[in-house]
Amino acid sequence: MRESGKGLVLDCRGLRKSFGQLVAVDGVGFQIAEGETYGLLGPNGAGKTTSISMICGLLARDAGEVIVDGKPLTSRSVDAKRSVGYVPQDIAIYPDLTARENLTFFGRLYGIGGSELKARVDEILGIIGLADRANDRSEEFSGGMKRRLNIGIGLLHAPRLLVLDEPTVGVDPQSRNAILESVASLSTEGMAVLYTTHYMEEAERLCDRIGIIDHGRLVAEGTRRELVELVGKHDRIRMRASGAIEDAAAAVHGLDGVRKAAASADGIDVIADRAADSLAEILGIITASGVAVASVDVDEPDLESVFLHLTGRALRD
Amino acid sequence: MRTAFLIARKDLRQRLRDKSALLYGVVAPLGLAFVFSFIFNPIQQATFHAEYVIVDEDGGPIAEAFREALESIEGEGIATARALDSVSVAEEQVEASSDVFAADAEDSADAAFLIPENLSESVLSGRGGEITVLGAAGSPLAAEVAYSIAQGFSAELGAIELAVRTAMPRDEQADPESLGMLAEAAARTGSPVSLEDVSASTRQLDATTYMAAGMSVFFLFFTVSFGVSGLLEEKRIGTMHRLLAAPIPQHSIIAGKALTSFCLGIVSMTVLVIATTALLGAEWGHPLGVAALVVAVVFSAMGILAVVAATAKTQDQAGNFQAIISIALAFLGGTFFSVSHAGGLMARLSLLTPHAWFLRGLGDLQGGRVADVLPSVGALLAFGLVTGAAAWVFLDRAVSR
Repeated sequence: MRESGKGLVLDCRGLRKSFGQLVAVDGVGFQIAEGETYGLLGPNGAGKTTSISMICGLLARDAGEVIVDGKPLTSRSVDAKRSVGYVPQDIAIYPDLTARENLTFFGRLYGIGGSELKARVDEILGIIGLADRANDRSEEFSGGMKRRLNIGIGLLHAPRLLVLDEPTVGVDPQSRNAILESVASLSTEGMAVLYTTHYMEEAERLCDRIGIIDHGRLVAEGTRRELVELVGKHDRIRMRASGAIEDAAAAVHGLDGVRKAAASADGIDVIADRAADSLAEILGIITASGVAVASVDVDEPDLESVFLHLTGRALRD
Repeated sequence: MRTAFLIARKDLRQRLRDKSALLYGVVAPLGLAFVFSFIFNPIQQATFHAEYVIVDEDGGPIAEAFREALESIEGEGIATARALDSVSVAEEQVEASSDVFAADAEDSADAAFLIPENLSESVLSGRGGEITVLGAAGSPLAAEVAYSIAQGFSAELGAIELAVRTAMPRDEQADPESLGMLAEAAARTGSPVSLEDVSASTRQLDATTYMAAGMSVFFLFFTVSFGVSGLLEEKRIGTMHRLLAAPIPQHSIIAGKALTSFCLGIVSMTVLVIATTALLGAEWGHPLGVAALVVAVVFSAMGILAVVAATAKTQDQAGNFQAIISIALAFLGGTFFSVSHAGGLMARLSLLTPHAWFLRGLGDLQGGRVADVLPSVGALLAFGLVTGAAAWVFLDRAVSR
């Protein structure tokens, strides 16, 4: 599945983790090569964070194995963790330390010291745009600045694998764009990037390959093209609607020429063989169900269509 | 170990910045020790002194011996005694005021010894006699002391009489001259058993030192908690995930927090020992013994508070539990007032607290021998070892929870 000709940085197989009766991750496995950005795409609660917690050694796994840069990694590993940079979903910095002190502390934990550490801290401060605020306490920073420092700490020791857990959640559009540009530049420098998100647009924009995860299982993976081909040459009909959309979607699902129909956050998504042939009938059934349709869009299939096709649910459910 | 030092150094920098450790570790205990010392020192330094009068209607050798006994007490500064010719005492007046038996309105006393006429003759002839003690209603303690003095004199007379009777040949007629010589010899011999008071004078802390030590160990439990609770703070702000993802042994995170606690505790106690000595005049004892006790009590506080931190789910919960436990142990351990004087169950229960052992160790140190603190140091280290071992197991699980 991975790109040929490049060294494998992450190889994880059969990852499994349960919390009591709940199976959070069930047999997840994928590989990432150097210079590759791999997106783990799935709705909230799909098992993305649990998967990367096991990959980074934060959480002991019930089964499976993780090999990073040729070294097995467990929650007790020390050496293998040097190859991993981790950027948690929530901002994880010391608010009463300055940006420089935060970077210096974590740099020392990764074994960097002396002039090398100072140079590296200065470099990262420049990359994340905080050079002029280096000696300010991070509690005085804006949310976007804290996010950038959060990412900078993960980059400090120049890891072979950078793991970013939904780094743009709760971020304003400007900072979000800056973060995405930074991540895009990292893979060109040879770093392997594992990026989890529930935003389809981010996965499409950044990732060379994407794994779709739902209910703790990896249901599909591949490039965007490969994934879209799973849906086939179908059209996606998106309707903004209100009312009994669940019932309406179920009624549409049985029509000829309709592959999938599901309620989404603001209406109904339908995958149809040919939108032009079935749209009138679909709209008739929906309005007959008492649902008010505000707008209708017909698109080429995208990752959201793929998710709907594979799981029967909209990505943002 | 290098990682533990890195974490501890970072934690100490944070604690210095938020000033909470400084407040709990130095300012609050020093301030309270100062206040308590200011309140209690005058009470402790108030000395006992009684004014007694003797009305000697006998004038014989027994009365003379009693006056000599009183003079020796005067020499110790406990009481002043003076002779009067007579006192007039009415029963209702005894209960009414403190100067009821004064010869005149200007001359008052706390108690009076009335030696009746012919007491010496009566005693020397074997018929016995009575010395009456009159106490002022307003001076119960002085009256009690006067009664004890008279009782002690009576007991001494009894002992001399017993010695004389034992020395006299059975059925032999008593020769007054021989009796007198025998009594004199018996009086010179003194008691075969002597008592030495060591607890009150040499094994007790003065009020200032007690308050300084009590406040120091009370706040030590809050200061030390900043270190061990740091694990929960790391979780709260999300940095625990970063630490777990870093290439460091998991136990070094716990060791770093323990080191932070230890440093905060030692610095706080050292500053307080020096400050209370210099500013309040506290007398902690031999520096070596104090150092051993300080290290041991910090160790025990770390263990107890680490158990709390390991079993709490959140930092707030841990803070609440630690405050309750710290205050409860402080009260039980006699930080604010000595419970060992209460005796019985309370005194035994107090030994379940590091506070009591620490104060006891300091008390033992007042005797001047450093080795006397070893039992207390041993008990404190045992506290730390048992609770610390339990905490380590819990914390190891809690870190990855």
